[in-house]
Amino acid sequence: MQEPQRSGPLLQVTGLKRYFGSGHETSKHATIKAVEDVTFQLRAGETLGLVGESGCGKSTTGRMIVGLEQPTTGAIAFRGQDLSGLSAKEWRAKRRELQIVFQNPQSALDPRLSVRRQIREPLDLHRIGAPSEREAAVTELMEAVSLPHELGNRFPHEISGGQAQRVVIARALTLKPSLIVCDEPVSALDVSVQAKVVALLEELQARLGVSYLFISHDLRVVKMLSHRVAVMYLGQIVEEGLTDELYDEPLHPYTKALLSAIPDIAMALRRHDSRRIVLQGDPPSPAAPPAGCHFHTRCPFARERCRHEMPALRAIAGEGITHKARCHFAEELKVAS
Amino acid sequence: MNKGMLTTKLVRGLLTIWLIVSFTFIALNLSGDPIEALVGDQASPAVIAHYREKFGLDRPLWEQYLSYLGNIVQGDFGLSLSDQKPAVDLIAAALPYTLRLGLTAFIFGLILGIVLGIVAALNRNSWIDRFVMSFAVLGFSLPNFFLGILLILLFALRWRVLPSAGADTAWHLVLPVITLGTHFAGIFARFTRSAMLEVLNKQYMVASRAKGAPRLRRILWHALPNAAIPIVTVVGLKLGDLVAGSIIVETVFAWPGIGRLLVGAVTSRDFAVVQAILIMVAVTMVLANFAVDFIYTLIDPRMRAVPQEGRRP
Repeated sequence: MQEPQRSGPLLQVTGLKRYFGSGHETSKHATIKAVEDVTFQLRAGETLGLVGESGCGKSTTGRMIVGLEQPTTGAIAFRGQDLSGLSAKEWRAKRRELQIVFQNPQSALDPRLSVRRQIREPLDLHRIGAPSEREAAVTELMEAVSLPHELGNRFPHEISGGQAQRVVIARALTLKPSLIVCDEPVSALDVSVQAKVVALLEELQARLGVSYLFISHDLRVVKMLSHRVAVMYLGQIVEEGLTDELYDEPLHPYTKALLSAIPDIAMALRRHDSRRIVLQGDPPSPAAPPAGCHFHTRCPFARERCRHEMPALRAIAGEGITHKARCHFAEELKVAS
Repeated sequence: MNKGMLTTKLVRGLLTIWLIVSFTFIALNLSGDPIEALVGDQASPAVIAHYREKFGLDRPLWEQYLSYLGNIVQGDFGLSLSDQKPAVDLIAAALPYTLRLGLTAFIFGLILGIVLGIVAALNRNSWIDRFVMSFAVLGFSLPNFFLGILLILLFALRWRVLPSAGADTAWHLVLPVITLGTHFAGIFARFTRSAMLEVLNKQYMVASRAKGAPRLRRILWHALPNAAIPIVTVVGLKLGDLVAGSIIVETVFAWPGIGRLLVGAVTSRDFAVVQAILIMVAVTMVLANFAVDFIYTLIDPRMRAVPQEGRRP
C-alpha cells in the first residue's frame, strides 16, 4: 500500500454540484439540484460518514467521487490531482485507487460468474500479476473477508446476501484501493449480518489503511465506524463534525431531529436537551428547494431570517474548529438547550 | 440438465412428433381424394380402383393409419404420388438448397439483428435508436413476398444487376437472403434491444464500470451474455421455423428447396411428400427446442439444476 502524503488530505471535495434535468426555463423539466455545494475532505485511513434521508444527494456525491457521474461544477481532488479533467482511459487506471461498494450486493454481482471469477476480474482487467499469482490473490482475498473456500465455485444466486456483500468487498479490495466509497453497504442486509460486515470493514481499515466514505441513512451504523460524520439535507451538508461531537451535541436542528428519532441515542441526548424534535412531512422537492435555509419549512426554530438568507456551513463559536453547522442560530439554540 | 429433466423433455418431444404425425394424417385424409387429383375426374372407375389399391387407400382408415405409423418409424415415408419416387429422396434433393438459403439468411439476420439491437440499446431514445427500430418493425412486418418482389423489380428488372430466379450461382443467393434475412434481423434486433436495455440498467453493469472495465468488454462480456436468454429463445424458435419460413421466399425466387416442394405437393395432394415435409419440420422444431434448453444451461448458471443439494442460505 502506498503511503499517503502526509501533507494534505487524501480526498478534497470542493463546491461540488450536480444538477439533473435540462436546465431550460420550462417548468415541466425543472432542474433537480441533487447535490448543491458540497465541500469536505477525507484523510488517509479515515472514515467519513455521510448521512441523510433518501434523495438528499449522498449517493450522487459518492458516485461522482468514483467517476460514475460527472459533477456539474466543483472539484474533486484525489492526492492533490483534480479528477474532473481525466479522460475515460485515465479514469480506468484511476479506478485502481477508488472503488465503490454497492447497496444491493446480489445485484452488483454478474449472475453468470462464479465467486472466484467475480473477485478475480479486476486483476484481469488491470493486468496485475501473472495468472497464477492472481489465483493466489483471490484465495487470499477470500480469506481476508472470511469467505469459506468452498464458496469459490458458487454462483451469486447460490450464496446469501451477507456472503454476497463480502464478495463485493473482496472485489473492491482486489485492486488495493486507498479509498472505498461504501454506498449503503449494509442497508440490504439483516441486522445481525450488518454488524459482521461493519466489523469486517473496520478490521480491513486497520490492516490496510484504506479510507472509507461511508454513505448511509442509518445513523447507528454510521456511528459504529465513522471517525467523522457529515449530515446532508437537500443536497447540502448541514452539519459536520467528529463522530462523538456530533452525536453528543448536535448543533443543527435537522441533526437533532434525526438523532432524537433513535431511541437509545435520544435517551443519552435528553440529559442535555429535554426537547424531542419530530420532523413533520417529507423533505421538499430538490427541483424546487425552499429559499433561504433549505430546512426552514420543517424547522421548529425557523425565523424570518431563515426564510430569506441561506446560512453558510461554518464553525460554531464555543465548539471546536472541527464542528461545523449550516444554521444562523446554532449558538442560540445551543444556549437555549 | 440432469437425467430426469432430459427424459421428460425427450418423452415430450416424441409425444409432440407423434401428435403432429397423426394430425397430418387426419388433415390430409379430410382434405379430399388424392386419386382424383392424380388421374383427373374423367378417369374410369377401374383406373381409380387400381390406384386406390396400389396406394392402400382401399383399406379401412385405422389400418392405413397403423401401417403409416409403422412405415414412418422405419424411415419410409412412402412414394410420391406424382412421380413415383420415394418422398424421402425428393426431400433429400431439395434440402441442401433450403439449408443453403435458410442458414445463410439466418446467420446474416442473426448478426445484423444482434448488432443493430445492441446499437439501439446503447443509444436509447436517440435518433439512432428510432432509426434502427423503424427498420426492425419494417423488417418483420413487411410480407416476404412484397419485399421479394420489390427487390426483384429493382435489382433484377430495373438495374439488371442480380438474377431473380433459380439457384445456379452464389449471386442467385443475394436477393432471397436479403428478403429472408431482413425478416430475421428485424425480430432479433427488437429482442436484443429490449433484453440489453434490461441488463444495462443492472447494478453489476455500474459495478463493472467502477472496476475499470472498458466499454466494449462491459457490453460483450457482462451485458450480452446476461441478455442472451430471451435472444436465444427467439433464435431457437425462428431456427425451428426455418423450413416453414422459407416457403414464400422460395416460391417468389423459384428456389428449388423444400418450401417450393411443399407448395407443389400440397396443390397436387401428394400425400407422402406433404407428410414427410411436415414431419421433418416438426422434428426440426423439437430439436431446436432441445438445443435452446441446452444452451440455457450453458449461458445461465441459474438454469443449471444442482443435483446434490439445493440453494444454501
